[in-house]
Amino acid sequence: MKRVVVTGIGATTPLAGDANASWQALLAGKSGISTLEQDWVAQYEIPVTFAGQAKISALDILTPQEAKRLDPSSQFALISAREAWADAGEPEVEPERLAVDFATGIGGVWTLLDAFDTLKERGPRRVLPMTVPMLMPNGPAAAIGMALGARAGVHTAVSACASGNEAIANAFHRIQRGEADVVVAGGAEAAIHPLPISAFAAMHALSKRNDSPEQASRPYDTDRDGFVMGEGAGALVLETLDSATARGAKIYCEIVGGSVTSDSYHITAPDPEGAGAARAMLQALEQARASIEDVEHVNAHATSTPVGDIAEYTAIKRVFGSHTDNLLVAATKASTGHLLGGAGAIEAVFTIMALKEQLVPPTINLDNQDPNIPLNVPRTSMALSRPDAVAISNSFGFGGHNAVLAFRAV
Amino acid sequence: MAHSQQEVLAGLAELVNDETGITADAVQMDKSFTDDLDIDSISMMTIVVNAEDKFGVKIPDEEVKNLITVADAVNFITENQD
Repeated sequence: MKRVVVTGIGATTPLAGDANASWQALLAGKSGISTLEQDWVAQYEIPVTFAGQAKISALDILTPQEAKRLDPSSQFALISAREAWADAGEPEVEPERLAVDFATGIGGVWTLLDAFDTLKERGPRRVLPMTVPMLMPNGPAAAIGMALGARAGVHTAVSACASGNEAIANAFHRIQRGEADVVVAGGAEAAIHPLPISAFAAMHALSKRNDSPEQASRPYDTDRDGFVMGEGAGALVLETLDSATARGAKIYCEIVGGSVTSDSYHITAPDPEGAGAARAMLQALEQARASIEDVEHVNAHATSTPVGDIAEYTAIKRVFGSHTDNLLVAATKASTGHLLGGAGAIEAVFTIMALKEQLVPPTINLDNQDPNIPLNVPRTSMALSRPDAVAISNSFGFGGHNAVLAFRAV
Repeated sequence: MAHSQQEVLAGLAELVNDETGITADAVQMDKSFTDDLDIDSISMMTIVVNAEDKFGVKIPDEEVKNLITVADAVNFITENQD
């Protein structure tokens, strides 16, 4: 099977408007979480008044006509994909050999609910004709496919908060199997809207630390009380090693594994034994032909929920045993919040940068580490020791989805 | 108050620009919406609905297919406004 490398990255996140600036802000220990100033917070008495809003508005980047025809989730997707494509040097690839795998967890929720308001207030004739193509979950992938002229297939994985990782895993296998030479892969989310916030709050999934938003996302801390919603997108350009070498492209690292499993245990709760998550990690390492000792860095799912963080630790311990103590773990949602369908994609960007710069980013807000989660989580950035280190990035989603990516430094 | 033909053309050009980015100058009476201005049917429907609001006119769906050129639209709006 073909070897696959990463040649381009892009992101728009609560930390910054591009991948490198987001990485730098992460290294600097910044928080992208802030109080929501929108009128609807007070209007509906939303119980959670903060989130990780995109640092740079998509409307500052896109033309008004582009923005008008794209849901905010597709706007973020297009911005990150264009950055990744430019970063990869705009590879000259036959359209029939170029594919897109781009995910979202929720889809065009702003478009859908705005359209319903229009219907109720102004009648069916005033509903925008573009409503359906804007709200459909494949909208972000389709927008990227159109922009780049991809004709080897445009695909969307939808598996809640595992979506971004699942899309990248699918892209990896697509290239391995020879179905495409280059794939733009990633995920986007734009769900900082009163309805999803209210719904997540109703299930007690969100942190309620309204008085100190920057401290609210605190994975592994004893005082963690839920996740913090974030928005944005991350994108990768993946291509065959042969293609990258032939065109003299810069190579960030190799993607060596992408595994998806399912718990079928509970619709929202993780399997407390972590069996499905552990299988996903093990399978990703098998695909990588890596031993557990080869793994030096884990970008954990770690959303800052009381139950989820422990379940992931249990799964990690199950896979790595005594090597767990040697893993340098980063919980980057502490800085970005949880981008749902975009989470895996921006965390892939961070994992790739960690391997390229041989530097594990810090995890902020970890003041009192939960004694039940004795992972090695650096508070300041820490160097990797192996130039051929393997790193994995975990994502898990409602529905019992587990998706794990593995990358190797080159 | 009724809008003059010139006012309707200028207003329509604004709506076309807003929806598609086509410069208002390009929206001239003899231009075809599809062949010259490359406006697709979805954008056309959005422009029609916005024109109804702007000019206080009802443009029935079955009428839209007859609006081939900018002049067709300007004339229909001018003749049918409140």
